[in-house]
This record gives sequence, structure tokens and C-alpha cells, in this order.
Amino acid sequence: MTAPVTAASVALDGAVTTAPPAEAEAFIPSRGFWGHVGHRLVRDPVAMAAGAVILLIIAVAILSPWITPMDPYKGSMLRRLRPIGDATYWLGSDELGRDMLSRLMVGARLSLFMGVTPVLIAFAIGSAIGILAGYVGGWTNTILMRTIDVFFAFPSVLLAIALSGALGAGIFNAIVSLTCVFVPQIARVAESVTTGIRRRDYIDAAKLSGASALTIMRVQVLGNVVGPIFVYATSLISVSMILASGLSFLGLGVRPPEPEWGLMLNTLRTAIYVNPMVAALPGLAIFIVSISFNLFSDGLRTAMEIRQ
Amino acid sequence: MSETPAVELGDLKVGFGKIRVVDGVDLTLERGQAMALIGESGSGKSVTLRAILRLFPEGRSRITGTLKVAGRDVLALSKRELADFRGRTVSMIFQEPLLAFDPVYTVGQQITEAILRHEKVSKAEARKRALALFERVRIPSPERRLDNYPHEMSGGMRQRAMIALALACRPQVLLADEPTTALDATVQIQILLLLRELQRDLGLSIILVTHDLGAAVEVADRISVMYAGHVVETGSAHQIVRDPHHPYTIGLLRSRAEGAMDKGARLQTIPGSPPDLSNRPPGCPFAPRCFLAAERCRQEMPPVAEIAPGHRVACWRTEEAAAAFRAGEAAHEAVPA
Amino acid sequence: MSVSPLIQTDLDPRDRGGPAQPLLSVSGLIKHFPVRKGLGGQKQVVRAVDGVDFETLKGETLGIVGESGCGKSTTAKLLMGLIERDSGEMLFDGEPVGGRALPWRAYRRQVQMVFQDSYASLNPRMTVEASIAFGPKVNGVPGRQAVERARGLLARVGLEPKRFAGRYPHELSGGQRQRVNIARALALEPRLVLLDEAVSALDKSVEAQVLNLLLDLKAEFGLTYIFISHDLNVVRFISDRVMVMYLGRVSEIGPSDAVLAEPAHPYTGALLHSMPSLDPDNRTQVALLAGDPPNPIDPPPGCRFNPRCKLVAPVCSSIEPPLDPVAPAHRAACLARQPGSGHPDAPAALAAA
Repeated sequence: MTAPVTAASVALDGAVTTAPPAEAEAFIPSRGFWGHVGHRLVRDPVAMAAGAVILLIIAVAILSPWITPMDPYKGSMLRRLRPIGDATYWLGSDELGRDMLSRLMVGARLSLFMGVTPVLIAFAIGSAIGILAGYVGGWTNTILMRTIDVFFAFPSVLLAIALSGALGAGIFNAIVSLTCVFVPQIARVAESVTTGIRRRDYIDAAKLSGASALTIMRVQVLGNVVGPIFVYATSLISVSMILASGLSFLGLGVRPPEPEWGLMLNTLRTAIYVNPMVAALPGLAIFIVSISFNLFSDGLRTAMEIRQ
Repeated sequence: MSETPAVELGDLKVGFGKIRVVDGVDLTLERGQAMALIGESGSGKSVTLRAILRLFPEGRSRITGTLKVAGRDVLALSKRELADFRGRTVSMIFQEPLLAFDPVYTVGQQITEAILRHEKVSKAEARKRALALFERVRIPSPERRLDNYPHEMSGGMRQRAMIALALACRPQVLLADEPTTALDATVQIQILLLLRELQRDLGLSIILVTHDLGAAVEVADRISVMYAGHVVETGSAHQIVRDPHHPYTIGLLRSRAEGAMDKGARLQTIPGSPPDLSNRPPGCPFAPRCFLAAERCRQEMPPVAEIAPGHRVACWRTEEAAAAFRAGEAAHEAVPA
Repeated sequence: MSVSPLIQTDLDPRDRGGPAQPLLSVSGLIKHFPVRKGLGGQKQVVRAVDGVDFETLKGETLGIVGESGCGKSTTAKLLMGLIERDSGEMLFDGEPVGGRALPWRAYRRQVQMVFQDSYASLNPRMTVEASIAFGPKVNGVPGRQAVERARGLLARVGLEPKRFAGRYPHELSGGQRQRVNIARALALEPRLVLLDEAVSALDKSVEAQVLNLLLDLKAEFGLTYIFISHDLNVVRFISDRVMVMYLGRVSEIGPSDAVLAEPAHPYTGALLHSMPSLDPDNRTQVALLAGDPPNPIDPPPGCRFNPRCKLVAPVCSSIEPPLDPVAPAHRAACLARQPGSGHPDAPAALAAA
């Protein structure tokens, strides 16, 4: 026992159990989970560009009453369907001679509202259903998820149209019907994410500490599932915008003369042969916003994949 | 031809991005020899093994140094030559056999396919060879087992089937990456014995990567101990286990639970954890955890010295280390059973 | 900085039956899982745990060894109540677990578990400190105090709280995470800690550090351990007594020195023989067992080990051997060791008489 090796390692052992000097990598202050995600997100140029586009459009929508170059409601029979690049109407004018740029700017308000609101409501309701079904499992899961499956039997466009048709036209009803379309989709994602989390050892460990199911769901499950569900929900915003436009296009959503991109696309379709570029503008706006939301949620998902 | 070593690595370096995982490895595996590479996670043992087959994506990895298998320069092989080289000259088995097999084909189909891809033989001939391979790796009722899908086999049998697949084209060198880690003890020993038998009967050269010194001793003639991308000690199994000269090897031997002097006494441990490979300190990479580290160890990288025929150590203080080990062993003997 | 040990080794206020009463005693524990083979195939039953009896004495470490399918992990989950037992009785310090005197909630405060996968057993979105403090908090310890306790435990398991408390699991190494898991298990001041392959995934040198830590903590807090592992060397090192399981049953139990030096059951012998030798001059020549451990669906009649046993006799496939004493405190379920069993190798009956 007099060997130097023994003495040395015992001494070092003592060090290990109290404050191990050798576990000393340089001290990195922890950023926390969302700190890491943010850090990674800002290094993703595509997601950042998409985010910038979204922010810009939101800013324009909010400020539109003050910054539109012309009155979006005031038309002129003489100056209908001006082309893009016109001296007065930079982005041309519509079939009633109203300024396209101004209408697109103001239209962003309703279009974004119709895109985001149903998803937000569905996010709250769908997550609650999905997390409950996923965490409790068993019969609760079977009943909830099979009911949800019924909604999946219909294509989402048809479902939205049918519901809107039944409820009657109008913004509020359109939002209700879109929410109904998204709840099952979000619930299903929430359920599968939660089911995956439920089997992790740390949930078992939490049960062993005597925590109630509600506490475990709130403290241990929620933080781990909200992220992935949120990412999925962001990707639905673009779908929601397109569906909302579709409803307006069919006359089930926003009513004229209110500017909304889907409705504008609808009314301008008569001018598709006269001035196709102008007629396509609302479609382009929908496209840009949807793809921006999609790219941003893609980036967010990648940034959230933090492995050990 | 017969005199060239089976595998020859000289100053082999493998890097991914800014991190150099293997940092100058020299190893020679003679024909018909079995060598074990041991070390802990992050020591670079698996990466060294995979580098021999050039299994890393070209763009994201950098391999430099000498890398010769059976006299051929692996780094100079073209894509097509490489495809032929894998499987025919060198093949590999893994910890998880399910990854080596395609789940939608039977095991027999996959072995037959491997033979047909490399050699011009009839299908019946290939099937006959697959059957012979199954007998060779001692799979019971081989005829019936050839028609099994991978998931229909038990863990140990899958491992044997993977060895049969690896041997399909009569390679000269078999690389084994932790082949028994996921197996139960009674199955592990069967696979280790099988590897030894194949080495003896087929004249196969084997490199076994493992974190388990016991498994290494069961199979290997020679053992190389890796730490932080370096081979710190290499020698015969006997030299490494009975007469280690590197403090890390000594630490590994000492920290094993069966080496405990008596029950309930504390184990001797290697304090701390392995170094951060992206930020290597100068000098010996083991110095921060070494019980013998002196000022010089922290400043200068120790050269590799041959302290006995075939026994090479990279350490400034080999004599002190060996003396410490012997003293410890003597103390161990003195403890009444 | 240090946690004041509420548990005093000699005078634990929670101790009821005195030192001679086993801390946990389990009898007739059974858990079967129904499975269906193929589409519309007949129902079968996996006999994961099929009549297990054992006792854990106060202050000891009981090692449980066995291979995949032997039921050691299922036993752990049953002991923790993570899955429900089909039948069997569990007494904790003399009280039936789940009974009126000792409901599950009260039992769990005294029994905690450390899992094998150090990453999966920590919530990736919670700081290390929050994970440890969670248990005390849900048991009514005020937030500040729970965090204090977490920091004290972190220091105790060798992770300086200033540097580690605010970190997330992915910012730690495997060994560090397992130290956190141990700290979390201790946060409720348990009397019994179940370690399910808790060091198996660690590198050898880290494993040694964690084993030392476990020894220290046991002495400091007066703990009792149930240590499940497939590594006989580790079990030999840490355990006072060893229980060997095979296909859902106990095949041998006794003092670890006796069981691992002179195994009474042929399966224990085969397991020991399978350990790599570490002696280059004396390598293993033959494997005592061929093939894989069998599946616990349809175990063979009689002794479950009989199809692979080198001592097998006709009687082995008709009588299920009871777990009977072969030496003081050492019991084995092997007919060849039991006088009058009808096995040709059985010792003469007068030895017992």
C-alpha cells in the first residue's frame, strides 16, 4: 500500500468527490434552451430573411392606414386596370380603378389576421386535446383520437367550405370554420409528440417523486412538447391564409369592398386577360407570406434540434 | 506479397472540421494477427478503424498519413477500386447487426448478393458458399436460417450472420467495431471465441475495437491503447496487462472493479474526464489526469519509445509508471484473500 | 453547502421494525405480459417475472444479475410501482406496500431509482438544479429550500453548484449526468435506492468514479441499495448479497462472496465462466453455454435452465426446483443440490436430516 500510485490516486480521488478540478472545461454560462435556439436561429440566413419579410409585412399591415399612398377604397372609372409601373399607381389599379399598392397594404391586415387567428386558437385547443390524449393514453386516447380521425376523412378545403357554408358568410364564421379544420391536425401532432415524451425515463422519474399527473404534464411534459407543436402550427399559418383567401374567393369570408388578398384575387380574375400581371399580384402576396412562414418554421425546427 | 503487413498506418490523422479526432497514429498489423484497439469514448479508436475503409464522407473529413492494407495505398484508391476493396480485401462488423442488414431481404439473399457482386459465380454456387459460411460461424440448422429475415434472429445469431456476411468475399482483414458490447455475457464469450477461431482457421487478420480490456485480452495477440487520438501504448497482450508502462493503461487496469483490493474499498480511479479535442493543450494529452505528470509532460509531447521488443510507449516517465504498477501489484498480492 | 443528513444510520425515525427486519421483502411477485404473435395469431404470455421472492436487508447492497429476458428490469419497475404487479406481496419495513398504513405515495418517498440512460432520464428542457429540486417541491418543500437542497446535493455528488446548477443535460458528460441522476434520487431522502444498470453505459474510468461515489453516499446517508447489473465484476465489487435471475425466476441468492466464488447453481457457474479472463496466458477455451438466452414466452417445464444445463437429469424437466438453502443464507433453485430431490447428483438426504 506504500506505492506512490496509490497515494497519488487516493489524493486525486478526494478531489474528485468534492470539487473535481479535471471536470473543469472552461466555464460556459448556460444560455438556457431558448437561448440556444435563438443563437442558432440567428445564424440561419434563410430563416432570418423569411423572418424579416414577415416582420416587414406585419409592420406594413399595422401602419397601413397612415402610409398608404392613396385611398384604397376610392376608385376611378377612368383609370381602371392600369399596368404595373404606372406613374400614379405604382402597382397598377384594379377593375374599379383603386390603387393596388394601397389595397395590398391594407389587405395584409385582414389576410394576416385570417391566417394567424385560427391557427392560434387551434394551437391552444389542439395542444390541450393532444397532450391530454398522449399523456393519459388508454381509452381516453382512443376516444379522443378516433373522434379527431373523423375530421381527417374530409379534405381540409372541403371541410372549411362546408363549415363556412353551414355557418354562413362572414369573417367570424370563417375563423370558426378554419379553427375547426386545424384543431384535429394540431391535436394529432401534439398527441404523437406527447406519446413519445411519455415513455422517457424522466417522466418515470417524476412519477416516482410522487408528482400528480397534472403537475407532471405542466412541469415536465409541456415544455418539451410546446416547441414541436408550435413549429408545426407556424407551418399551418400559410395554409390558413390560403384557405381564408379561398373562402373569400368563394364569397364565404370577407365581403367587398373590404380589401383582402383572396377576395382581391377573386374579383381581379375577370381582368386576367386584360392585365394578367396586376391580377396575379394578390396571389404573389399570398405566396410570399406563406413561403416566408414555412421557411421560418423550418429554420425554427432545425434550431430546436439540440442533441446531447 | 506475403511479407507486407496486413494493415500499416503511419502518422494517420483524421479530422472533421476544426477537430482532429485521430492525431498521428502509427500501427502495424501483421498477417494472421489479431490486434485490439482499446480506449474510452472519444479516444479515436472507432474513427481509426473506419478510416481504414474510408467510411467518412469525402467533403467533411480529412485523412492524411500512410494508410496501407495488404500493401495497397487505400488513400489513393479510386471510387470504383474502393468499392471492390471494401468487402473483398477488408470488411467490417458492427455493434448493431440490424444496421448491416436490409430488413426486407432474407439473410441468405443478402450474403448471396454480396458474393455475386464481387465474383463471377453462379447463383447456386453463391448460395452454397453462403451455407458453408453459416456452418463456419456455427449457426444451428444453417439451411433453414438462411431463409430468415434479420428480425427473425436472436441477437447472438444476428451477430454470427453479420460475421458470415463480412466473410462472404474471403477478405484478408476483418475490422470489428465493438461487436460484443450489446450482447449478453454468455453470448459475448461465444462471439469472442468465434473471432479467435476464424483468425486461426482462416488466417484472418483482425482489428477489434473495444472499450473492454477483458474482451481485448480474449481475442487479441497485441493491444494498442488509445487516448485522445493517440496510441499511448502498444504491445503484446501480455505486456499490456502484466507490464504496462503508460499511466493511462495502468489507470484502466486499476479502475476495473475486479481489480479492487477488497470489497467495499474504494476503487482507484482516473480523475477527471478526457480532454476537449477542439482545444488540445500542449504536451501529453493525458497529463492533466496523470498521477505522475511533471512539468515536462505539460510542455512537450512525449515521443514513442520502444522499451522492449514490440512494446512501445509514449510517455516521459515510463520507468516511474512501471515501478508504480509493480509496487501496486505487490501490495495486492500481500492482501490476504 | 452540505446537506444535513436527515437520515441517521442508527436512529432513523422512520425505522419501524428494527435492524433485523428486512427493509423490503418481496414474495410471489408475478408479472405476465400478453402478446399476440402475427396477425390474428393466438395470444401468448411473456412470463417476465414469474414468482420472485427475496428480501433486502437494512443497510445492505443487494446485487441482481442476469441476462436479457431474465426479468431484472421488470422486477425493478414492479418494485417502483411503474408497472402494476399481477400478484405477489411487497412489505416495506414490515408494512404492505399500497396498503392503508403505507400508500404508494408514502412508499415512493422512501424508495428512489436511478436509470441506465443518463440522458433520457433527465428532462432536456430543465436545468440540472430544477430537475433535482422537482421532487422536494412536489412533496411540499418550499421553492427556495428545495433549490438549496438541490445545490447541496450537487456539491455532494462532486458537481460544483456554481458551475453546474444552471446547466442543461446536453451540456454535461455522461458521468456528470449520472451524478445528477443520483443527486435527484437522493433529493427525497430515500432509504432504499434502486440502481438499474446505473453505471453500465459509462466508460470504465468514469464507472469507477461513480461506484466510489455510490459507496460514499451509502455510508453517509445510511442507504440500502438494490443494484441491478449484467456485469458480475461490478456486482461482486459493490454487493453484499447477490441474486441471480433466469427466465423470470430466482435461480440463486446468497452472500456475494459465496455465490460468486462457489456458485451452487450451474447457471451462475456458466455466467461466471463467461466473464472475459483478463489473463493472456489463460484465455477462455470453451463457452459453457451455446446460443442466446431463451425468450420468456413458453419457458420449459420443470427447471427453466434444464435444456441448457450440463447437470441435467430426467427429473429436471418434471419438477420445478424450489429455492432451498444450500449453505447458511445461501439458497439455490437446483435439484442437484437438494437432498432427496431424485437428481442423481443430489447430496445424501441425511445431510439435511
